[in-house]
Amino acid sequence: MTSPIAGGVDCDLHPAVPHLTSLLPYLNDYWRDQVTTRGMTDLVSQSYPPHSPISSRPDWRPARGKPGSNLEDMKAQALDRFGVSYGICNPLYGVQMVFSEDMADAFCRALNDWLVKEWLDKDARLRGSIVIPVQSIEKSVAEIERCAADKRFVQVLMLVMGDMPLGKRAYWPIYAAAERLGLAVGIHAGSNYHNPPTSVGWGSYHIEDYVAQAQAFQTQLTSLIVEGVFAKYPKLKMVMLESGFTWLPSYLWRLHKFWRGVRMETPWVDRAPLEIVRSNIRFSLQPIDAPPDPATLNRLFDHMQSDELLLFSTDYPHWQFDGDAVLPEGMSSDLVRKIMIDNPHATYTRLKEPAHGHDPEKHALGPRPDGWNPVFGKDHAQTK
Amino acid sequence: MNVQFRSGAEPASSVGVKTAIADCDIHPARATATELYPYLAKRWHEHLETYGKHPYQGMMEGPPYPKAQPNASRRDAWPPEGGPQGSSLSFMQQQHLDPNNVALGVLCPLNTGQGIRNQDLSAALATAINDWQIDKWTSQDSRLKGSVVVANEDGLAAAAEIRKRAGDANFVQVLLLSRNVEPLGQRRYWPIYEAAEEAGLPIGVHAFGFGGNPITASGWPSYYIEEMVGHSQCQQTALASIVLEGVFERHPKLKMVMIEAGFGWAPSLSWRLDKSWQRLRSEVPHVKRPPSETIREHIYWTTQPMEDPERRDHLFEVIDWVGWDKLLFATDYPHWDYDDPSRVLPAGVSAANREAFYLGNARKVYGLA
Repeated sequence: MTSPIAGGVDCDLHPAVPHLTSLLPYLNDYWRDQVTTRGMTDLVSQSYPPHSPISSRPDWRPARGKPGSNLEDMKAQALDRFGVSYGICNPLYGVQMVFSEDMADAFCRALNDWLVKEWLDKDARLRGSIVIPVQSIEKSVAEIERCAADKRFVQVLMLVMGDMPLGKRAYWPIYAAAERLGLAVGIHAGSNYHNPPTSVGWGSYHIEDYVAQAQAFQTQLTSLIVEGVFAKYPKLKMVMLESGFTWLPSYLWRLHKFWRGVRMETPWVDRAPLEIVRSNIRFSLQPIDAPPDPATLNRLFDHMQSDELLLFSTDYPHWQFDGDAVLPEGMSSDLVRKIMIDNPHATYTRLKEPAHGHDPEKHALGPRPDGWNPVFGKDHAQTK
Repeated sequence: MNVQFRSGAEPASSVGVKTAIADCDIHPARATATELYPYLAKRWHEHLETYGKHPYQGMMEGPPYPKAQPNASRRDAWPPEGGPQGSSLSFMQQQHLDPNNVALGVLCPLNTGQGIRNQDLSAALATAINDWQIDKWTSQDSRLKGSVVVANEDGLAAAAEIRKRAGDANFVQVLLLSRNVEPLGQRRYWPIYEAAEEAGLPIGVHAFGFGGNPITASGWPSYYIEEMVGHSQCQQTALASIVLEGVFERHPKLKMVMIEAGFGWAPSLSWRLDKSWQRLRSEVPHVKRPPSETIREHIYWTTQPMEDPERRDHLFEVIDWVGWDKLLFATDYPHWDYDDPSRVLPAGVSAANREAFYLGNARKVYGLA
């Protein structure tokens, strides 16, 4: 087993919202009333059924409540266990599935405020990702700007399967805001189920949905690259979270070959896809879709032709590895250092911001500066 | 693709040019729009002229994503007597089959009766295209073998067409496309697999097709390159469905050929399937073996468009993981991304592996050994 080194950054932790009612204190009267009067159910996505084996390692499964819902467990099982200096929280609460942009916006604001109060304020190592209501680009940008004032937010979080391919120009204001504010954009496994969860339709099984995440990441990378996101936002870093990475080399061979063949179609793509990936795209370590023998994995690392692409992650509490074997067998100590420390710090530049002496009062998330009406949104507020 | 990408790449050995090869993906075309009419009942002539094919996509004519050049074909492949590329047997012989010493050419007709919403029309077109393959191609050149085209969304009609062609030496496989109304492991397609196994025919799953689903799990992308690169992702999920629905548990003698969607992704997909299956196998108790074993045993891969890494040792490692005994050389003639048999394999491959790659594996899987 390869041992983790102290001072690493765990780039993919999943604190769980215990229930929709846990967000009530962070909702205004209107939405609190909506949740209770309408009897809204918990927003659990079938991307991660709580009792599915992949949703929690057996020995990380709590006696009661959702896996990942307890900070003390996360400390003991992940943060302390692997000696990390930082842990980046990527809440996978099903707010993306909501169809109403107003409802999604209210829930995202509550979720981000909940993350600050229930997690970031309680452990100085924790950092956050801003969950955005992608149902509205305008509201997403506003939420990014609101949360970015708190330097503990280091990333914007989106799902790999949504309404449109992620390179589409409609999304670009989100990427502009992230680049401007020094936030990475994290793309996490999961679907809003507004489209079939595979590119050939609805499969029968949960395992198909999970396996298909890797293919969804591939098509999203193509979209992001060929639409020209990184020509427009060259400083933007995007992190593929829980994506797997062993598919990357052969995927890039194919993309590169077709780009050579039909690049006249997308003339703004002015660098080879492989170069764009090296400069702008990163991947979380877990899951490692490879056989357990070090020889094969080291060949795969060689096929990737860069030691800067991977970022350490446990994917806590998801079941990706057993015991302390978070790092695969046979990794060099140089690579361990790159993956655990150097690469995450190069990706999440906000980690350099003062980590301690944080004053929650001073940095409390306030109202949006744009006169946002938290019930109906900006447009309605303007017409009133 | 018939261009050289790697600066300083060694010229490939010329040995492969002289020896006989199999080309497991040739696209024969109709010279005129009405060339199939003799094989179709009169009512369908009128129907097609009045309503069109009514496919699972919006365009009356042509593909939703415009190709990079006409008919996605080589600019030097227009037959001298007229008609689209791939529509003339004599020109195909002169430009491709003879100079490349193609001993076995597998025809994969596209734009046929698949991906059509009217199932009666789909079945009629499939039968017509199969009769047309015999008349125009396989009976005229013994090197060429046909694919049984079927009404892909109507399992029973498809099975009937397969049984009708069983034992006919003009055909060596059943042809499906990767993108259908549902993932290919779904039950509506099971009669196809049952009939193919019974007939001893492999199923060829060629990239392409439209089944009404957005071609990514996140909706419709913008560009032709996304469709082209995306064929490998569609093929991956289609194959995952076939494996996870237990198709090979029910049909242990069935073989499948993945056509024109790459093979470099096979190891990574297999590892991911295995890892997920170890965790989630209680959900799919009908899947008895690790998916990687099933894939290794039942799946073959055509080579074009050839994986093209900068370093040939990377290519060889991936082929070792996939298996030299599983690759079937293909050119995709007359399409633009044609692979030239004299250039497709870098130097450094053993004579036995070259023979398997270019011809031996194809003869085995198509029962012509």
